[in-house]
Amino acid sequence: MRVPRALRTVGGVLSAAWLVFLLLASVTASWWLPYQVDAQDPAHTLAGPSASHWLGTDDLGRDVLSRIAAGSWISVGPALLAVVVAFGIGIPLALLAAEHGRWVEHGFSRFAELLLALPSIVILLAFVGAVGVHPWAIMTVLGVLLSAPVYRIFLGQAQSLRTRLYVDAARVNGVSSLRVNLRHVLPAMATTIAVQAAQLFAISVLIEAGLAFMGFGPSVPSPSWGGLIAAASQHVYDDPWLMVPTGVVLALTVIAANGLADAVGGGREREAVPARHRKPRTTVRAAAGGTHDAGGMLLDVRDLTVAVGGPDGHALVTGVSFALPPGTVLGLVGESGCGKTMTARALPGLLPAGVEVTGGSVWFAGRDSAGRDLAGLPDKELRAIRGREIAVISQEPMVALDPMFSVGYQLTQPIRRFRGVGRAEARRIATELLGQVGIVDAGRMLRSYPHQLSGGMAQRVCIALALTGSPKLLIADEPTTALDVTVQAEILSLLRALVRTTGLSVIIVSHDPGVVADLCDEVAVMYAGQVVESGTVAEVLGQPAHPYTAALLAANPHVAEGLPVPERLPSIPGTVPAPPDWPTGCRFASRCSLATAECAAPVPATPAHGAAKVHGAANHATGTVRCVHPLSSPAELPVPHPVERGVPS
Amino acid sequence: MNALVPAPSVPVLSAPALSVRDLTVRYGRAGKTLPAVDGVSFDVAPGETLGLVGESGSGKSTIGKAILGLQPPNTGRILLHGTDITRASLRQRRVTAIDLRVVFQDPYSSLNPAQTIGQTLTEPLQVLRVPKDQRRPRILESLAAVGLPADAADRYPARFSGGQRQRIAIARALVCDPQVIVLDEPVSALDLSTQAQVLNLLADLRDSRQLALLFIAHDLGVVRFLAQRVVVLYRGQVMEAGGAEEVTQRPRHPYSIALTAAAPVPQPAEQARRRAAREALGVGAAGATPPAAAGCPFATRCPLTTDVCHRERPPLVSGVACHHADQVAGLRLPTRAA
Repeated sequence: MRVPRALRTVGGVLSAAWLVFLLLASVTASWWLPYQVDAQDPAHTLAGPSASHWLGTDDLGRDVLSRIAAGSWISVGPALLAVVVAFGIGIPLALLAAEHGRWVEHGFSRFAELLLALPSIVILLAFVGAVGVHPWAIMTVLGVLLSAPVYRIFLGQAQSLRTRLYVDAARVNGVSSLRVNLRHVLPAMATTIAVQAAQLFAISVLIEAGLAFMGFGPSVPSPSWGGLIAAASQHVYDDPWLMVPTGVVLALTVIAANGLADAVGGGREREAVPARHRKPRTTVRAAAGGTHDAGGMLLDVRDLTVAVGGPDGHALVTGVSFALPPGTVLGLVGESGCGKTMTARALPGLLPAGVEVTGGSVWFAGRDSAGRDLAGLPDKELRAIRGREIAVISQEPMVALDPMFSVGYQLTQPIRRFRGVGRAEARRIATELLGQVGIVDAGRMLRSYPHQLSGGMAQRVCIALALTGSPKLLIADEPTTALDVTVQAEILSLLRALVRTTGLSVIIVSHDPGVVADLCDEVAVMYAGQVVESGTVAEVLGQPAHPYTAALLAANPHVAEGLPVPERLPSIPGTVPAPPDWPTGCRFASRCSLATAECAAPVPATPAHGAAKVHGAANHATGTVRCVHPLSSPAELPVPHPVERGVPS
Repeated sequence: MNALVPAPSVPVLSAPALSVRDLTVRYGRAGKTLPAVDGVSFDVAPGETLGLVGESGSGKSTIGKAILGLQPPNTGRILLHGTDITRASLRQRRVTAIDLRVVFQDPYSSLNPAQTIGQTLTEPLQVLRVPKDQRRPRILESLAAVGLPADAADRYPARFSGGQRQRIAIARALVCDPQVIVLDEPVSALDLSTQAQVLNLLADLRDSRQLALLFIAHDLGVVRFLAQRVVVLYRGQVMEAGGAEEVTQRPRHPYSIALTAAAPVPQPAEQARRRAAREALGVGAAGATPPAAAGCPFATRCPLTTDVCHRERPPLVSGVACHHADQVAGLRLPTRAA
């Protein structure tokens, strides 16, 4: 299952086939060769291809095919030896250096640099001069020289593999260091080793042929390829053909080795890239018409469907609807794999390659209050909306900031672009924005670089960056998940203050009901690509109608002061089903304690939490639940009831 | 006033399974860097769970690494059942520390993707020279103990979800029948529903096997659920130590109060009240200015700070390291309105 990946490409198959054929041919040469290697045919010297001599004869009338085949081992074998020596030295050194830390690594690395600084051809020729022409010994020396680049390549990989926790776990379990290296570090390098070995082999074959051509190869009667080419070069004018067969075989061998390296190394990358490119969104669906009753909403999402791999792929988000009045905060809450991030990213058209909106509408009342359907817009128009009208902040503030540029540069560039102001004015606005996100010493912050910032400061800068286009909607995808809890509280307070002072609307994606309770006005609970329940936070979190919401809240170990912690948490059995496994009926049914036969049929979203209309009501009394057996009273919840004030003993 | 009361704690049941005394760990040279762990001491008794709580940079994971032998401590002692393992190499620990195992945070990097679950669980048994015919039954037994079917042994990690992988990591720790397990943020990468499953599993194991658990976490709510006693760390120093209920419900250090007040609860009205109380608390932003090396590490953020806090490091007196421990009670969030 694992190796043949390299053989799935035509190039990989052909390359491997040629190398295997060469090896077999050289090993079995004595059995099938039409002529003895040294058998001379004085009648046919320097003859071209014929029925008796398929590839012709050389100046002594010896059969070229026989000589190439017989010479393949002496031409390829020492090159293989060089590769084995290079890896036999380089990889153990890399593993040792990665294991034993700074001082060992320093020593080995200086030694490797020394080897890299030596001119290899001069060393090889000097070796030949001192010791004589011994192809195997020469290539051993080449292997030693090549071990330095091998060491350099694998040191970094070994160091990074040693930071994996399973290496630490094995060490804590007392696994010996040799075994840790052999079982946990080396196997993960296999692909790189194969790629590098194939490339080094190609280089070694060429170097060996070059040396043989210069006369430092196997002694004259033995037919090495380099020697054959050297001999043929004597007859370039009277028999140019003689050069062709050996040259082609040598070239094919080098090409095959490189081709194999490509196939082994490329296989993984090709698998990672989705085969299908994003289609223009307008071909999927026609843009919606100009009339729409958004009921005063800033954003009105209806029946949004997001799928991976085009129409024949599978859906990641189905039939998601929610609306967002200006100046409010909506939380999308749920576990990983429930489609909340995909939903949030679909709104401004920021889906990953291969994922696209396949249905529904995203009505956004932007700066031109007429509004339009973002789901139908081409990417070019969405680009004009992103940053200016819809801004996004993500979980990893450090990733969003460019380490090469100062905070000041990164803030003033978009300010100048979005607001069309000069340098000095942009700097003044940047200072103001930093003040707005609670950074006191704005002057120093503008001169700082991202690596000088803590996670919380970086997230504040990201929020300031999001505000540069004075957007009407901020999409915050798990903005506090990577932060410490005290910093999270500060960022949530900051977002709350921004909503209050600027009238910004926020969609926050979170897995933490506590964060939603802290910041949001409204919440949509997502499960397996659907909104299973929505409404105001007080209603949804206080009186959950969907069994999933209730179970999720019950599984939360965070309880307010004065409430007891349960002995065991009411957990939800099983895991969220993957998109291809979604049933046609209720997607939570398999984990739900209330499930009955009725749950196997598709469940529509119905009004809940006292909402008269599911959608578009002018007073925005929206609340929905997607359940056949909605919970009607808190008594049905599996949540332990609040007890009296104080700590129970 | 509370500082005068002796630190309430669950009575130590028997001789500690794990003792840490005055542990100090430095990355880099002395004098140039502040220590990552600075004079930390605690005990964990059999059947007890000690929560080690703090934010990033508090040194809690470094303490775990020092106990496991992955990071050599500078000073201090680590005792396992009374045996000093402070300087024991990983090779020596094969004999002296077979009772000590670990579960790491990241369920995706803690299992070798190229090995089946069975191979992963066999490895520690090979090291312990368990006879071959006993290995398979022990693997199946520990898989069953974490609620996984026997056929899981023949599959690769890629076939399992995050919660299941964390169960496998726990099974790998259990397969050697250990008495002390270091849990380094074992549930922080998991979703709420799977987190609850794994927390329940750990609670079951703690109760049924008399395990001594060192539970390293950043989340006080999770620690309160699992641990009997809690040590709160800030910048490598112990701020407060005591019973889990006491530390989470009646914190006696300003930093513990800041930590408890910052964790949001999923009841909007209650959370609004707590937010208002937290914002009124006056705890400064993290990382604003580094504290003086000689003083209290929390001084730059603390609402009670006076000159003495910048000058002198407060000693740990009955479980609290604060010069103004007598004023701390006034900072506490009011408990839930009746």
